Amino acid sequence: MMEIGLSHYLILTTILFSIGLVGVMRRKNLLMLFFATEILLNSVNIGFAAISYYIGDFTGQMFAFFIIAIAASEVAVGLGLLIVWFKRTGNIDLDSMISMKG
Amino acid sequence: MFEAIAFYTFSFLTILMFSITVMTSQALYALTAMAAGMIFISAFFFMLSADFLGAIQIIVYTGAVMALYAFGMMFFDTTREVKEKIQNKNIVFVLGTMVALLVVAIFMAPVVSENIHALYPIQEGLGNTEQVGIVLFTKYLIPFELAAIMLLSAMISGIVLAGKKMDNSLTLMADEEIELMQEANEKVNS
Repeated sequence: MMEIGLSHYLILTTILFSIGLVGVMRRKNLLMLFFATEILLNSVNIGFAAISYYIGDFTGQMFAFFIIAIAASEVAVGLGLLIVWFKRTGNIDLDSMISMKG
Repeated sequence: MFEAIAFYTFSFLTILMFSITVMTSQALYALTAMAAGMIFISAFFFMLSADFLGAIQIIVYTGAVMALYAFGMMFFDTTREVKEKIQNKNIVFVLGTMVALLVVAIFMAPVVSENIHALYPIQEGLGNTEQVGIVLFTKYLIPFELAAIMLLSAMISGIVLAGKKMDNSLTLMADEEIELMQEANEKVNS
């Protein structure tokens, strides 16, 4: 209990990841959906750092860096698309994007 | 002892902040709660002796990503509550629980088998930042350059997408002009 091991961190990672998944599944507003994806990426980063520390390997931290870079570029492109969509339609509701519905 | 106290405190705070982010109906609360959660996550990186990663977490997430979201939120109407209609609540929680169990299984599988051996072992006597530099510029040089190109293309696409029609500013236009522009937009969409 008092000795913090790898499984503590992995359980924390899983809890945060499931919070993010619940957010992805229940949000209908696209901006809030982006927040939930950020939570997913961050929880995985904790897992990578913990495994890197307890195995004594550096690869986990490197992958965490690349995930941060991917998250930053995802935010830039996603927000740009979101602003264009908001200028055209006036709302960012996920249910309104049904123009490709078959 | 102190590590355990810090771990439990910060995990409680992180889970609380991210729960607020997911559950609240105010976009502004969600943004601030997520910024706080990002700061608390960097504490885990410092505990795991990944100092450079923790610093990068604070700089990139709470410095750059949060500022980007804050500027993006200025375009959207965030003062009113976000209305979301949810048809089936149960399926969300059932799916979330199932995926969480699956993730636990995926995470525990390599640890149980103990087949992992360190590819780039952490060396004694070197700081975290030096080792990050050594590994990043020798073994991961090509992914590093690819990440640089990816960030550059993301920056250009962000400018091109968000900067479109920036020359007619909504704050400097009269009300009639804005109405005319909105009518023209509706015509284009319909």
